[in-house]
Amino acid sequence: MDGHGLIPLGILLSSFFTGLVIFALDEESHGLRTALNLIGATLKLALVAVLLWGIYHGESFAVSWEFLPGVRFALAADANSVLFVTLSTVLWFWTTLYAVGYLEGAPHRSRFFGFFSLCVTATTGIALSANLITFLTFYELLTVTTFPLVVHRGTPDALQGGRSYLTYTVAGGAVLLLAVAGLHHIVGPVDFVQRGVVAPFVASHRGELRVLFLLFMIGIGVKAALVPLHGWLPRAMVAPAPVSALLHAVAVVKAGAFGIVRIIYDVYGVENAAALGVLGPLAVAASITIIYGSTLAVFQDGLKKRLAFSTVSQVSYIVLGAGIRGPLSTTGGLVHLVHQGLMKITLFFGAGNFAETLGIHNVSEMDGVGRRMPLTTAAFTVAALGMIGVPPLAGYISKWYLLKGAVQSGDGWVGLVLGASSLLNAAYFLPILYRAWLLPPPAGRGDAPPWRETHWMLLLPPLFTAALVIWAGGLAESPASPLAWVKLIVAREYGP
Amino acid sequence: MSLAWIMALLLLAPLVAASLAFALPAAGRWLALATAAAVSFAVVRLAALVLDGGVQVHRVGGWAAPLGIDLRADGLAVLMLAVAAIIGGVVTLYAPAYLANSLATRGERDRFWPPFLMLWTALDALFLSADIFNLYVTLELLALAAVSLVALAGKRAALEAAMRYLFVSLSASLLYLLGVGLVYGECGTLDLSLLAVRSGPGPAMWVAAALMSGGLLAKAALFPMHFWLPPAHANAPAPVSALLSSLVVKGGFYILLRLWFEGLSGLLTPAAAQLFGVLGAAAILWGSLNALFAPRLKILVAYSTVAQLGYLFLLIPLAAGTTDGFTAWSGGLIFLAAHACAKTAMFLSAGNMLHAVGGDRIRDLDGVTHVLPLSAFTFGLSGMSLVGLPPSGGFAGKWLLLGAAIARGQWWWVATLLGGSLLAAAYVIRVLFHAFTRVAAPARSRPVPPVMEWTALALSVLAAGLGFTARGSATLLRVGAPWPSAGAGRA
Repeated sequence: MDGHGLIPLGILLSSFFTGLVIFALDEESHGLRTALNLIGATLKLALVAVLLWGIYHGESFAVSWEFLPGVRFALAADANSVLFVTLSTVLWFWTTLYAVGYLEGAPHRSRFFGFFSLCVTATTGIALSANLITFLTFYELLTVTTFPLVVHRGTPDALQGGRSYLTYTVAGGAVLLLAVAGLHHIVGPVDFVQRGVVAPFVASHRGELRVLFLLFMIGIGVKAALVPLHGWLPRAMVAPAPVSALLHAVAVVKAGAFGIVRIIYDVYGVENAAALGVLGPLAVAASITIIYGSTLAVFQDGLKKRLAFSTVSQVSYIVLGAGIRGPLSTTGGLVHLVHQGLMKITLFFGAGNFAETLGIHNVSEMDGVGRRMPLTTAAFTVAALGMIGVPPLAGYISKWYLLKGAVQSGDGWVGLVLGASSLLNAAYFLPILYRAWLLPPPAGRGDAPPWRETHWMLLLPPLFTAALVIWAGGLAESPASPLAWVKLIVAREYGP
Repeated sequence: MSLAWIMALLLLAPLVAASLAFALPAAGRWLALATAAAVSFAVVRLAALVLDGGVQVHRVGGWAAPLGIDLRADGLAVLMLAVAAIIGGVVTLYAPAYLANSLATRGERDRFWPPFLMLWTALDALFLSADIFNLYVTLELLALAAVSLVALAGKRAALEAAMRYLFVSLSASLLYLLGVGLVYGECGTLDLSLLAVRSGPGPAMWVAAALMSGGLLAKAALFPMHFWLPPAHANAPAPVSALLSSLVVKGGFYILLRLWFEGLSGLLTPAAAQLFGVLGAAAILWGSLNALFAPRLKILVAYSTVAQLGYLFLLIPLAAGTTDGFTAWSGGLIFLAAHACAKTAMFLSAGNMLHAVGGDRIRDLDGVTHVLPLSAFTFGLSGMSLVGLPPSGGFAGKWLLLGAAIARGQWWWVATLLGGSLLAAAYVIRVLFHAFTRVAAPARSRPVPPVMEWTALALSVLAAGLGFTARGSATLLRVGAPWPSAGAGRA
């Protein structure tokens, strides 16, 4: 191990140790806990910046040691992992700030922030895993560390949500374990390599590889909330807003989507997967999920529920991009990994602000909220328009590339899916915006904004992430954008 | 330090300490601490010797096997000794505080140490024995020490459970002894390695093997011979439950392995091997279901032991009759070590939580994370290993067993392994749900001494990270394993 191996390790430990220390803190050490949280998050950001710089300049970062006989526990950073680790680290920083403000005065904050840190450790571990067994390890750790966050409130509702979360994810984990063990039996230890490792076996193990692919998609699809494995997601909405934000934009759902990307591009290899004929069914499943999630979102009155079904739908854009062969759709899918995260976290921050400041939980209560909380509503609006795909926001870029990719590969029907989904996105977001900005507020709620519409720790994060949404879309073609990075990955996956 | 000294430390340190603890009851705790230090030191030295120089045989008094007593240490024995040392050490640290809080008088408390140290002696001797009669003696000693410990609580339920345990244990020993007699009559030796050469299929040997196995299955509490375990383990004081679940039942299993894979390896037909597996699978199912519906926490943990013991028996069909049985062999034994650590941590944390809330029903645990976050965390962490989530030792064991099952195409064991994990998750989560339930204020809560929380936590952390040592454990287990070199290049 040289100095380069220490960076991925440091990225994990920066939140792992923070979490452990926070557990030990007294409930009342508010200032110390906040300081530790922010120091951990900042340190992680700095390390990720080093990583980003190094990968861009072609350096490699890896550390591994033998774990099981013949199986290594390996961390490494490639362009794919950097995409995800940067996203989760940046958003973790802002979510931490948000959570500090959100949970002010709430009980059991040490427990909350401890598991919060561990949850991020697991997520970055997923991003930095260099082989399948390490991925599995962090994938399961993510399940375990998220559970206490989901049931944090300890109410019957929260416990119910936690129960359904665990039922789905633990069963999914067992299926994933079977898939990993099965693939291990065929090809030996599986490292993540661009264009996959199964090429020599496509002809000889066709049937097995297909079945294993299905098992992988089931095992990981639970976290990615692919229909019909999505049942836990709307029920897990009982968790506090920062947890929902984390679950939907950074950690669980995103880890599922990232896992699917990993399996297709770095385990199977997109060409091999296409040769096995497994991509088509996956694209169909993703399309069904997109339409189903969007349709159900239209009918939800609960704001967080609506956002949850929107997540079900939006995350499948990533899967859809992976399910269509061709550089353009890959670009669209991968870049949506980042774009969806930025937009969805902004929406959840906004929803949390409405709930925390004004006690608004339902869309039907949102009349005139834009006059009382203009900045929050503005951020929310930017993200919602981005989700619909209004140019030049982030969502537009994703959809545009997906569409071009579908046309390029001759899958014209995907265009219909994208069009229908965008209409549905508009159908469930525009009424919210209409109510918020144009309808008069109900009597009794002041309509002039006070000097500070809410706590600054709650306000700053959505404003920042909304700015990122504009940046990712508006400056998409500049070298400093998620799109530019994704093009780098795609060039390596499809290049000569 | 020579082998003779190491062996003497391993056997005599706990034995002398046990005798002294009878004479000086008040010093029991310090004697146990000294034992833990001496034994741990000896185990580390022995491990180094075995890793360097292969299987170590010590002839007590210099007499060779048919006449004298051989003490034999291979990788498996060292692993078991190490597990015993770790669990013994943790219990030594944990027990004083627990006993001070649960048993009324000083005299009652001091009564824990002599049988505890005797149990340790018996275990060390059992793991080092190389012939089937010595194994019988150590097994008997182990059972007597264990029964005394179960009776320690002195309550009616505990005494009844102890009596039942004693009865089962004695009958089981008797069956085993009958088998030993038959084997001796047939082969003229009791030494395991000589038996491996001389024993062969035949009616008398079949009967002997069946008798010995029957006795050992009862000792190891394999379904359907498990019925004595839940009351005995659940009614004993927490540190005793931990010892019973993590070490004592493993004694029977250990001898079973020595018999079927060494002394009587010629007799293990595929059908017999599959039968052990079927019983193991039934144990997993039955134990887990009972754990899932148990009203009391310690009964739940005890039934979890019944289920987890079932996994150990899966190694028999997966390792038998193949040139690469080592994968399953090491998997099963790593699982055993992980279960010992995780189950001890779980019993100790259960003891803490029950002590704090003053009840023993699972619903009494509502909101216990608020009172005892560390112990609830410990329970969850040890649960992770029982479920087999990475990177725990339970995962490493299951991964290897799973790999062996897939490689041999025995899909029914794949299903058993995965199904068992889900069931384990279900009963662990059941407890955690109560722990996380919000209550206005827990009705009662007695303070728990920090040492009780931290020792349990340390052990659960060990169990949860034990997967990282799997490579080393496998290297150790390779020494003297029934598959000496075949497949060595695979790893």
